[in-house]
Amino acid sequence: MHGFKIHHVLHKKDNTKVEFSPEILSKVQQIIKRYPEGRHKSALLPILHIAQEELGGWLSPAVMDYVASLLSIQPIEVYEVATFYTQFYTQPVGKYVLEICQTATCAACGGEDIMEHLENKLGIKAGETTTDGLFTLKGVECLGGCGYAPVMQVNTEFHEHLTTEKVDALLEELKNNKNADKAKESKWAEKFF
Amino acid sequence: MGRKILLENIDKEGIERFDVYRKHGGYTALEKALKLTPDEVTEEVKKSGMRGRGGAGFPTGMKWSFLDKKSNNPRYLICNADESEPGTFKDRYLIEKLPHLLVEGLIISSYALGVNTCYIYVRGEFKYLIGILNKAICEANANKFLGKNILNTGYSLDIHVHSGAGAYICGEETAQIESLEGKRGNPRIKPPFPALKGLYDCPTVVNNVETLAAVVPIISMGGEEYAKIGTGRSTGTKLISASGHINRPGVYEIEMNISVEEFLMSDEYCGGMKNGKPLKAVIAGGSSVPILPAHLILKTANGENRMMTYESLADGGFATGTMLGSGGFIAYDEDSCIVRNTWNLTRFYHHESCGQCSPCREGTGWMERVLHRLENGEGRMHDIDLLTNISKNIEGNTICPLGDAAAWPVASAIRHFRDEFEFHVKNPGIVKNIKHGSLKKYTV
Repeated sequence: MHGFKIHHVLHKKDNTKVEFSPEILSKVQQIIKRYPEGRHKSALLPILHIAQEELGGWLSPAVMDYVASLLSIQPIEVYEVATFYTQFYTQPVGKYVLEICQTATCAACGGEDIMEHLENKLGIKAGETTTDGLFTLKGVECLGGCGYAPVMQVNTEFHEHLTTEKVDALLEELKNNKNADKAKESKWAEKFF
Repeated sequence: MGRKILLENIDKEGIERFDVYRKHGGYTALEKALKLTPDEVTEEVKKSGMRGRGGAGFPTGMKWSFLDKKSNNPRYLICNADESEPGTFKDRYLIEKLPHLLVEGLIISSYALGVNTCYIYVRGEFKYLIGILNKAICEANANKFLGKNILNTGYSLDIHVHSGAGAYICGEETAQIESLEGKRGNPRIKPPFPALKGLYDCPTVVNNVETLAAVVPIISMGGEEYAKIGTGRSTGTKLISASGHINRPGVYEIEMNISVEEFLMSDEYCGGMKNGKPLKAVIAGGSSVPILPAHLILKTANGENRMMTYESLADGGFATGTMLGSGGFIAYDEDSCIVRNTWNLTRFYHHESCGQCSPCREGTGWMERVLHRLENGEGRMHDIDLLTNISKNIEGNTICPLGDAAAWPVASAIRHFRDEFEFHVKNPGIVKNIKHGSLKKYTV
C-alpha cells in the first residue's frame, strides 16, 4: 500500500500520460516470453531500459509505477532495482548523457583531463546538466574500453582514443543534430532488445 | 607467431555472418559434438584442462560435472558477458568480431549440460553487442543449428540475450543470477552453489564468454590436443586485454608459454613501452589482482623469467607474485603515481560494492577516504598501516570476492611501493601541486 500512496501523489503532480505505444508494448510482451511462466519479473531490467528511452529519458516514479503494473509486481520492487543500477536515471538528464570513464587505464591515459575539459567547455560540473537540457556530464567507472583509452559513452555510442579536439568536434556535431535524430532512434527498442 | 585458435578467423571479411563463418569451418565442432553423448562432450572439456577464463580460473569441466542432473527441474546455462573488470575488454571484442563462435560454443555446452534454455547476460553498456548477438542467434535458428530439434537430433535449445544495467557486481555469478531474476545484484551466500540451486532455484552453470567460445576448438581438436598447448596446468590459449602505457594496446590471443617480457616488448603483442619510458608496474590480471613492480613482474623472486601462465604469475604467492585473473594486463610507466592509482581503484570498488556486507560497504569507503587524503597531501604516516589493517579486515570476511578484490590492490601497492606512500606524507606541498598524479620528476 505504501507504493500506492506514492503513486497517487505523483499522478496529482504529473499529468503526462505514461504509456508505451502499441508497437513497444508488443515488444515488451515478446521480451517477457523469453522467461519461464511465472518468472516475468526477469524482464524488469530490459523493460526499464526501454521505459527510460521511450518515456522521457529518465525513470520518474510514474514511469516506474507503470512498469510495475505491466509486470504485476509491487512498485517497491521496481524502485529498489532502478536505484541499484547506474544506467538507470532516477533524476531527469539531458538529451545526451556524456559518460566519461574515470577508472584505471582511462585515468592513467588522460580521462581526467577530458573530464576537466568538458567541465570547462560546458560550464557545468560532473553530475550536472546544461541549462538548455542538451548535455549531462557524468564521471563513470570502467566502461570496458581500456585498450582504446580514454573513452566515453554518449547514450549507447562509444567514443574512443579521445582528445580535446575530438571531444570538441563531437559536441558540435551533437548540438547541430539536436532535432535531426528522432527518426533514427525510433527503432531503438527493436535494435537493442 | 603464436598459434591462434580462438581468433584464427578474426580477420576474414564478413566472419560475423553465418555463411562466412560456416565457410571457414564454423559449426563443424557442433556437428561433431552432437554425434557424441553429452557426457562424452563434458569429458573432452575435462581432458582439455581448460580453466575458466573469467578470472577465478576454476577448471571448466569440473564445474560442469557439479551440475545436478538428478533434479527434475530444468537446467540453465548463463553466459557471463558482463565484462566489467577494469583492464579487461576481451569478451566484447570476441562477441563483436566472432558472434557465431560464441553461439556455437553455447550450443555445444548446453548440449553437454542437458540445458534447453540459455541466457547471455550482456553488460548494459554494451547494448551494441545485443543486436549483433540477436542477429547471430537468428541466423543459427534459420539454419537449424539452434531452436527446435537441432539438425534432427531431437535436441532443442533457445538462447536469449539479457541486458544488465551497469553494476560490476553482476559479474559475480550469484549476483548475476539475482539480476537475471529482475532483482538487485546482491550476491547469494554459498552453498548452495548455482550447480544445485541457481537461476529460479534450478541447477545452473555460469561461464564466461571466452570459456564458452573455447569449447569450440576443444571439441574440434579434442581435449587431449588442446591440453598440449600451453604449459603445465595453464592449457590452451588465453585472450589478454593489454592497455596502459604501451605502444600497441589491444586484445591478443597468447599460447600460455610466453614470458611477460616477450608479451610486453614484442611487436606481435604490446610493442614495448610508449615513448620508450621505463616500466614501473603492471597489473597483470584485471584491477583486482595485486600490482607488481617492474622487477617482480619480469622475473620471479627466484630470478626465473615470469611467464604468462596461471602458475608463474602466482609464483611467490602474494608476497612477490600476483594472478592471471581475467587477463586484463595494465602497464604503468615511470611517471605513474601508485598512490593516485590505488585511490582510483579503491573509489571504483567503493562505488561497486553492493552494500550487503559491512566490511566491504564500510571498508571500501574508509580506504577511499584515507587514500584520497594521502593523495592530496593531507595524509599521516600511520594512515599507511591503517590501510593495510582495513584491507586485512575486509579480505575473507564478505559473502562474495568483491571484498578481496578491493583489499588486494591496496595491500599490494603498500607492500611494493611503501616509499611512495611515505613520500606523499612527507612532502604535502609537492603532492598538492601535482596535477593528476605524475610523480617521477619529484622523486627521481
